[in-house]
Amino acid sequence: MKKAAGFIKKNPSFCVFAVLALAVIAVAVFAPALATHDPYEAVLTNAVQPPSAEHWFGTDRMGRDLFSRVLYGARTSLTASLSLVCIIMVAGTLLGIVAGYFGGVLDAVIMRISDMMISFPGMVLAIAVAGILGANMTNAVIAIAIVSWTKYARLARSLVLKIRSRDYIAAARVTGSKTSHILWKYMLPNALPTILITGATDIGTMMLEIAGLSFLGFGAQSPTAEWGLMLNEGRAYMTASPWLMVFPGLAIFITVVVFNLLGDSLRDVLDPRNE
Amino acid sequence: MSEPHDLILAARHVTKKYPASNGRILVANNDVSLNFYRGRTLGVVGESGCGKSTFMRMVVSLEAPTEGEILYRGQDITKLRGEALRQHRQKIQMVFQDPSAAFSPKMKIMDIVCEPLLNFKRIKKGEKEETARRLLEMVELPGDFARRYPHNMSGGQRQRVGIARALALEPEIIVCDEATSALDVSVQKTVVELLVRLQREKNISYGFICHDMALVQSLSHQVAVMYLGNIMEILPGGQVSHGCLHPYTQAMVGAVFDLHMDFSHPIRSIDSEAPSPLDAPAGCPFQSRCDRCMEICKQERPPLREIAPEHQVACHLYQ
Repeated sequence: MKKAAGFIKKNPSFCVFAVLALAVIAVAVFAPALATHDPYEAVLTNAVQPPSAEHWFGTDRMGRDLFSRVLYGARTSLTASLSLVCIIMVAGTLLGIVAGYFGGVLDAVIMRISDMMISFPGMVLAIAVAGILGANMTNAVIAIAIVSWTKYARLARSLVLKIRSRDYIAAARVTGSKTSHILWKYMLPNALPTILITGATDIGTMMLEIAGLSFLGFGAQSPTAEWGLMLNEGRAYMTASPWLMVFPGLAIFITVVVFNLLGDSLRDVLDPRNE
Repeated sequence: MSEPHDLILAARHVTKKYPASNGRILVANNDVSLNFYRGRTLGVVGESGCGKSTFMRMVVSLEAPTEGEILYRGQDITKLRGEALRQHRQKIQMVFQDPSAAFSPKMKIMDIVCEPLLNFKRIKKGEKEETARRLLEMVELPGDFARRYPHNMSGGQRQRVGIARALALEPEIIVCDEATSALDVSVQKTVVELLVRLQREKNISYGFICHDMALVQSLSHQVAVMYLGNIMEILPGGQVSHGCLHPYTQAMVGAVFDLHMDFSHPIRSIDSEAPSPLDAPAGCPFQSRCDRCMEICKQERPPLREIAPEHQVACHLYQ
C-alpha cells in the first residue's frame, strides 16, 4: 500500500493517464450497460435527429442512437487497435531480436523485407492488402500489421546490436548459457522497456489507421459501430447535421490523446535514468 | 619442470585472419603455438593490438581460428559445435578485463555467479543464495554481497565477482584478459594474491594476458612475448628481466619503470608505433623497429628456435 502511494507520488502524470485509459477501456467493456439504446436498432422515422434529452448525441441517417453507437464503437476500435499493437509488437520484436543476434543471412532477409515494407507509403500498402484480402475488420488489422511491424523489428534489432558485443554477453556464452537463454534473459529484457513505450504510444496511431481504413471502406462494414466508419457515414450530412461527425471524431480524438500521453508518461516511468 | 602429462591444452599453429576493407586481410594471430600446463600460469605480453586477446578468445571458444587447431586433452575444440561445445565450456572459463562491462546491470550478484551452475543444472534454483555465499567467500567477499547489484560495488570487488563466476564451474583453465589492468595498483595486488592462492589450492592453469612486464614475470611460470600476432619469445617467467634475448623483449623490459631504477642510465624505449597488422612486412615482423636489424631479417621470418630448455626465441641473432 505504501509502495503504491510512493509510486503515485513519483509518477503522478502516468497515474492520471493510466486511470483515463482504464476509463476508456471500461467504457468499451461496459458499453451494454452504459448505452441508452440498442446501437443497431434502426428507427427510420427518427433519422438524423439533433442531440436531445432522448438521444444525447442525436441519431444517424438510419435513426440509430449515436451515443450508444459511439460507446459500442469503443469496443470495435479498442479491440482492433490493442490486438494490432500486440501482434506487431510481439512479431516485430522477435524478428528484430533474432535478426540482430544471429546476423548474417537471417538478418539480411528480415531487414530487406522490412525495407520493402517501409519503402511503400504505409496506408497505400494497407489499402492494397485489405483490398486483396477483402474488406472486413480482421483483414484491416492484418493489413496494417503487415506494414507496421518493421518499426519494432528495427528498434529491437538496434537495441540487440548495442549489447551483443558487450563483455557480459561473451561471459554468458563462456559460462555455457544456451542461445535461447541469452535471447530470453539478456536480449529481451534489454529491449523490452523501449518496445513497451513505443507500443503504448502506438495504440493511438494504430487506432487512427484502423479508423482511416474503415473510413475508406476497407475496414469495418456497416452496420458495425466503428468510429471511422461512422465518420464516413456522417460525411454526406456534414453541413446539415455536424453531430454525425463531431461525436465519433471526438471519441477518436480523446482516445488517441489519452493513449499517446499514457505512452509518453510510461517513458518517464521506465526510463532507466530515473532509477 | 612440467612433465608432458601435465599438458591440458595445446594451441598448434593457430592463425586468425580477419577480412578488412578493400579486400585486405588483417592477420591477428600468425602461426601461434602455446601450451597450457596444469597448475601453471602462461603469461602473454605485448603491446595493445598485438593479438593476445584474440588468441585467448580462441582458447575460450569465443572465436574460431582460421587455421590451426586447439587441442584440449587431445581433442580439437575448434571443431566442437552446439551442445558438445557448450558442455566443453565447463573446462575453460574467463575473467574479463573491464569489471564494469562484464556483468549484466540487471542481474544480482547471486544470479551472476550462479548462472554457470544453473546452465549446467549443477544446482537447483533454491540453492542459489547459499551457493553464491560460498563462492563469494572463496574470493574473500562477504556473503551478503549476493543480494547486491554490480553497480553497487567497487572495481576490485566486481573483479572478485568475475573470478567467482569463473571458478563456479571448477574449470581446469581460467583465462584472465588483463584482469587487473582496470584496477588501482593497491587493489591489483590483492586480486593477484587471490589468483595465486586459488591456483595453489585448486591446481588451475591460468592464461594471463598483461602488458605489465613486472607483474607478468612475477606471476607466470612461462611468458610468451607477442608482437603483431607472432610469438617472438617464450621463456620462463623468472628469466624475463635478465635472461630475455629477443630485441623486442629487451626493449619492453627496458621500458619498465620502477621506483628502484637507476635514473643515471638513459631510459630506452621503442620510439615508433607498431606497424599495422594489415601490412605485415615480409621477413621479421619487428624489423622496422629493431636497432639490430640485419639484411636477412628483411627477407626471412625467423622461426622459433629452442636455445635453452623452456626458452625459445624467434630471431636471426640467435642461430
